[in-house]
Amino acid sequence: MKILVAMSGGVDSSAAALILKEQGHEVVGVTMRLWGGESDTGCCSVSDVDDARRVAQQVGVDHLVFNFSEDFNQHVVEPYVASHVAGTTPNPCIECNRHLKFDRLIERGRTLGFDAVATGHHARIVDFNGRPRLARGEDAQKDQSYVVHMLAGADLNYVLFPVGNMEKSEVRSEAARAGLRTASKPDSQDVCFIGSTIGRAGFLEPRLTFNAADVVDGDGKKVGEVPAVELVTLGQRRGLGLGGGDKRYVVAVDVPSRRVTVGDEAQLFVSETPVGSLVWPHDDDEDFVLSHDVLVQGSAHGERSLARLQKSNDGYSLKWARATRRIAPGQTVVFYDDTDTVVLGGGIVTA
Amino acid sequence: MASGKSEMKYVYLDHAATSPLRPEAREAMEPFGDVVYANPSGSHKFAREARRAVDEARDVVASVIGCRPGEIVFTSGGTEGANSAILGTVRRRGGQAVCTASEHHAVLHCVEHVGGVVVPITADGPVDPSVMRQVLAETSDVSVVSVMAINNETGAINDIEQVSHAVRGRAEGAVLHTDAVQAACWTDLRNIWPHVDVLTLSAHKFGGPKGVGVMVVREGVTLEPLILGGGQERDRRSGTHNVAGIVGTAAALQVTDQHRDSEVARIRALRDSLITGLTTRISCAVPTLPSGHGSAGTAHVCLEGLESESLLYLLDTEGVCVSAASACASGAMEPSHVLEAMGLPASRIKGSLRFSLGHTTTEEDVVKAVDATVKAAERLLAAQK
Repeated sequence: MKILVAMSGGVDSSAAALILKEQGHEVVGVTMRLWGGESDTGCCSVSDVDDARRVAQQVGVDHLVFNFSEDFNQHVVEPYVASHVAGTTPNPCIECNRHLKFDRLIERGRTLGFDAVATGHHARIVDFNGRPRLARGEDAQKDQSYVVHMLAGADLNYVLFPVGNMEKSEVRSEAARAGLRTASKPDSQDVCFIGSTIGRAGFLEPRLTFNAADVVDGDGKKVGEVPAVELVTLGQRRGLGLGGGDKRYVVAVDVPSRRVTVGDEAQLFVSETPVGSLVWPHDDDEDFVLSHDVLVQGSAHGERSLARLQKSNDGYSLKWARATRRIAPGQTVVFYDDTDTVVLGGGIVTA
Repeated sequence: MASGKSEMKYVYLDHAATSPLRPEAREAMEPFGDVVYANPSGSHKFAREARRAVDEARDVVASVIGCRPGEIVFTSGGTEGANSAILGTVRRRGGQAVCTASEHHAVLHCVEHVGGVVVPITADGPVDPSVMRQVLAETSDVSVVSVMAINNETGAINDIEQVSHAVRGRAEGAVLHTDAVQAACWTDLRNIWPHVDVLTLSAHKFGGPKGVGVMVVREGVTLEPLILGGGQERDRRSGTHNVAGIVGTAAALQVTDQHRDSEVARIRALRDSLITGLTTRISCAVPTLPSGHGSAGTAHVCLEGLESESLLYLLDTEGVCVSAASACASGAMEPSHVLEAMGLPASRIKGSLRFSLGHTTTEEDVVKAVDATVKAAERLLAAQK
């Protein structure tokens, strides 16, 4: 097969290119240039492109660079900023996978005549009830099915995850065996366009106006102040200017009224969570999920909680089997089957 | 497929990026590695031999440009030349730097770095000398003006004589620099040099080696040197002479000059048939410059609605080497500041392609390039449906 491999300059995608090449495929590596800003961390910096190119040379495959920075800005960075303005908690990595790694790169791969696009994600494509579906990667610690959950339909037959059935340690030893310079490169941690030195607040400051807000208790009595309501997240405990005393958590963020409400931990537990922007691997999966309990994951490596999706005139909501800690609006929920293996759909928390 | 690849004959139409080393240059350079290896600044027999080679090369280069040998400074390339002209003037005299919006980044980034003024260009590519005159009249204390002879992306030609009149009339005493990096193959430099104070060249654009350039500085004009040290180039530039590179530069420039008239006619005809082939066979192909304009070696077209990155990949798989705009450090294509300055819409800028021809280009190359581009465009247009 002729395969286009997305190479970020990390060890996983390096190993993916190596494995596919050794299997005899015709492989072309591509690094997506996503962010033209000053951050030099994550999968966007020139030194990461250098790593990807050098690995491609070592593996013996051609290496291209696609400049998707305009799409990245439009689909990832601008919505990230807008989310903060709206007081929600975005997941830019998921939007990047949705719009760049899948939409844009898959379109390019098909247009240019590739039989498949591969990435270094720790996820698998499995057969489930006769159709291809996304499933958790072999290495439970490194599983990335949550961030690539939106892969659906015909794309499930087009995308390959060559390291998805490997433990991370195997990935590293494969890379080391081939002498790849990325073999012991640390995993990226931060949001790629936000450098570790500048931080979230430093990144957002020139892009939106921070508004100070009162911190109030359940009775509306002012108990503290925050300099930027846009940076406050549901469930947050620190940085609220509350001083000592009982543990109190953010239980509501109201950006237009510049008000943050705090309360005790119990107030963070809910029996129902409204969701929207639902995505389904196959069109008829909605019916299946509406009629079965699913395991729901609400953050990148978060706990799973049993719930049933419900549909009403107001939209969709997850009815939890047991009261569950609230997930901040803007965050993604992914539905897994009862074995906690196969992705059955996903969506975004709306309130 | 794999065996086919190794037999594939490449069509190289990226001469504006680098033109292959001319055999005359290779031959001339050959002894200066391990035979005539001495440092030309030394004081023994071997040093004198190397020194003579540099002196002779300087004479050859001066004769092709029409300047005095003492006005030639050998540099590391076009970028150093542009930096020396602009930063070297501002550091020496202060004042404002001015350039056009279509300059190469080697000029543009220097002018921006010193907070200078960027003059707009016309939709056809060149700067309008009357606009230049107006900007200069509105700008106080102009110390250096930089206007390229031929644009590296589109091939647009600036009228350096008219620009010179504008500068002399409005900013008397200002240093006029021309980046003539793309001009050496297509224009008699003797017609440019009389109008400017500093002229810069890059050897690998005319079949010389990479890493060598020529900066011509008119007698009486003093630039603050960027590189200090042994003062080898009469204190205007320091560093041990790159003897082999300088000798290769002179050989390549000489042969370029000798064949220029016939080559320009030959290449212009090929360039015209390339543009005609592309624009008649590809519905969305639009020539960037008006018909008949521009340097003989450049065919610049925009395939409106398509993406250069995809076109370049498909052409690459067919063995056709061309380029789009300039690439940044990561290798990613950046949207062209030149096309933006011409006011082209984004849908055309994104689909830009530059075919640049040179001394090795044949009619067969042009035919193959047109066929491959038609095929690539058809594929991408079909995918849009």
